[in-house]
Amino acid sequence: MSPTDALLGIADDELVLGWRESEWTGIAPLLEEDVAFSSIAQNEIGHARALYQLLSEDADALAFDRPPGEYRCAPLVELRLLDWAHTIARRWLYETADEIRLGALKDDPDPEVAGLAAKIDREEAYHRMHAEMWHERLRDEPRFREAVEELWPYAVGLLPEQLRAELAARTGLDLPGDTVLRGKERGSHTDELAELWGEMTMVRRSAPAGAQW
Amino acid sequence: MVVDEQQVWRALEEIPDPEIPVVSLVDLGVIRSVDVREGHVRIEFTPTFLGCPALEVMKSALEARVAELGAEPEVEVVTDDSWSTDRITPAGREKLREAGFAPPAPREASAPKLVQLRSNVFRCPYCGSTETRLENIFGPTPCRSLRYCESCRQPFEQFKTI
Repeated sequence: MSPTDALLGIADDELVLGWRESEWTGIAPLLEEDVAFSSIAQNEIGHARALYQLLSEDADALAFDRPPGEYRCAPLVELRLLDWAHTIARRWLYETADEIRLGALKDDPDPEVAGLAAKIDREEAYHRMHAEMWHERLRDEPRFREAVEELWPYAVGLLPEQLRAELAARTGLDLPGDTVLRGKERGSHTDELAELWGEMTMVRRSAPAGAQW
Repeated sequence: MVVDEQQVWRALEEIPDPEIPVVSLVDLGVIRSVDVREGHVRIEFTPTFLGCPALEVMKSALEARVAELGAEPEVEVVTDDSWSTDRITPAGREKLREAGFAPPAPREASAPKLVQLRSNVFRCPYCGSTETRLENIFGPTPCRSLRYCESCRQPFEQFKTI
């Protein structure tokens, strides 16, 4: 995978996950979580924008003008999760994995990439704290443990192979075999992406000359 | 009309933050540099939070203010780690506190951890008590958390350290 492809993958993860997290705005189980998920979504989409701007003069075109099959996001972020246990399990797994890849990116030879990664990491620290708080609270609940187990192969599929052992060490989970990973790694897409893409790009497609408001 | 660097800084000091208008963009420390050359003003602008919806508004306010001085603006957005809440000026911190926002704690070498957010000392901007607890890591904008003062029973907004 080229360095550009890798960055595009992270940008697409943040955009799509930001979109998914925003689906809790207004309907989260607690008012505090309405606020938290809205803020997290806003941050993730802001990170996507900054990464797209590194890769292209026209960040919106890169974000919205590709067909779904050309997105580089991992299946983990595409899943439409309708229950809280799964939502929190994904938050915790995603943030744990994201910290590992940002750590690697902070050492990137390109100072622009390394600088942006350092900035993103400072902001993500608050997402990690939020995830950690919920993980502390739910980790002994059977529903949460099942959700983690179900999403774990997808979380592994988010990272390139060389970073997966670190993720297993931090989560205390065992790396799954190739058969389990099939369809859950970056490069595959779930059916849910196309539906999300339709909604996400609707305004842009309905106003090809550019929407202003 | 020929403008000099000092005039530009003075003009920028008048631009309020779009979401917390008690502080200016200069108080916030988001202007990294101003470079004036033959009627051309180049500003390096460092965003606060990347997801902050006010970034575009701040950028266009900078451009408009420079244009009002009769100069040609160029605003470069620098998205590296050089902006930190430590860049908020002492005057800016005081204005925040007076408006009921607890100013951010100093940045440390590594990103903050949950244990620090729970155990470090955070002072209530209303009564000065340190008997405060974390209510929500997130608040009305990405840059703020919510805390509650046990002494004066007042909820308040705490600036996140980044």
